[in-house]
Amino acid sequence: MRDFEYIAPKTVKETLDVLDEYQEDCKIIAGGQSLLNILKQGLMAPEYIIDIKNLEELNYIKFDEKDGLKIGATTTHRSVEFSDTIKEHYNVLSEMERHLATVQIRNWGTIGGNLCIADPTGDVAPPLLAMDATVIIANKDGEREVTVLDFGVDYYETVVGPNELLTEIRVPVIPSNTGIAYLKYRIVEGDAPIVGAAVAFTLNEKGACKKARIGMGGVAPIPIRAEKAEKMFEGEKITDTLIKEAAKVASEETTPIPDIVASAEYKKRVIGVYVKRAAKLALTRAEKAAN
Amino acid sequence: MKKILNVTINGTPYEIAIKPKTTLVEVLRNELNLTGTKRSCNAGGCSSCSVLVDGKVVNSCSVLALQVDGKEVTTIEGIADGAKLHPLQQAFLEHGAYQCGYCTPGMIIAGKALLDENPNPTKQEVKEAIAGNLCRCTGYVRIVDAILATAKKLQEEAK
Repeated sequence: MRDFEYIAPKTVKETLDVLDEYQEDCKIIAGGQSLLNILKQGLMAPEYIIDIKNLEELNYIKFDEKDGLKIGATTTHRSVEFSDTIKEHYNVLSEMERHLATVQIRNWGTIGGNLCIADPTGDVAPPLLAMDATVIIANKDGEREVTVLDFGVDYYETVVGPNELLTEIRVPVIPSNTGIAYLKYRIVEGDAPIVGAAVAFTLNEKGACKKARIGMGGVAPIPIRAEKAEKMFEGEKITDTLIKEAAKVASEETTPIPDIVASAEYKKRVIGVYVKRAAKLALTRAEKAAN
Repeated sequence: MKKILNVTINGTPYEIAIKPKTTLVEVLRNELNLTGTKRSCNAGGCSSCSVLVDGKVVNSCSVLALQVDGKEVTTIEGIADGAKLHPLQQAFLEHGAYQCGYCTPGMIIAGKALLDENPNPTKQEVKEAIAGNLCRCTGYVRIVDAILATAKKLQEEAK
């Protein structure tokens, strides 16, 4: 690893000033569970590292019935996993976190860092996509809200500019009669997913689908939604046959990158299976919520 | 340029001048000669280098040392009570939960983190707690047995 200058600002304001000063010459470290590996491999050699790991100002989980959930960027995966608020209102996030990487990584890694490193196989994005989540991105002159759908630009690249900081993740209130599930495929516990699928169904008073969301990871350079497949559900009674057909369409919406673990063809096939399974589980949960 | 790190390790406060790029495992092994913590993959993939930071288990290869400024670190050297082994260390001995021994410090630290949070874990919870700790001798059965036996023993002692 190349040497760097280390700056640990005490506040968000100070962080934004420092980012504005160093721009392209600096990188932000939060938990560093991915960044340190990138630095060790010499893939990146910033002159300055801005450490926000201990910025308590961004370590929070808040919920209210109007605005929904707000998670500060430096909140660790483990805090999300164990949060009673999240278990009560957004249990799919707790389930996702319980199987994200390993205990060691969850204890130090942050939810904001996971999104910003923008590994397309990351576990955090698919369930957020299924819940229409947004992120707050700040610079010294103000902040903007961006959907998780529009957050990714390309492989390991996001819309966060060199003078900007992701400060918060927002998840709207989950409508009643909604079921959400996230399932992923990986070789052993602790590995990064090969593919992952999150499905959310909201049912209307007749039990048909009012709204469907399908978030997918590991099947394109960025996390994506299966928007064509989502539309197939809307207004319809959700049956096994419909799930099967929609899963096929979802699979066709992907453009996976082959890697040493799996070919593009294989990922395309497996994501169909995982969309199908997640959809069935989401439906069961939605029906339970409706009764 | 070096920075000063103030950290408490196994109850002893240290003030160490380090390069900012130094990781926690490098401080432990190279600066303080605490070589009980093993550096193996050095990429957060094997958890051999597990230590506790403020009671939580982390991979010390994947923590920038300056990030633990002001915090308390516990390594494998810090869990015995003088010459009396920690119950997990004793149980690993009794169950033959060592083979080559390289993963052992990390396994014991991960086991301790689990039992501190969840004194009465199921077998499944033990397996999940050490899921990141790789034993390339593949001797997981005895490790799981040793952690479960320790939990049982500590529960009985607490009665």
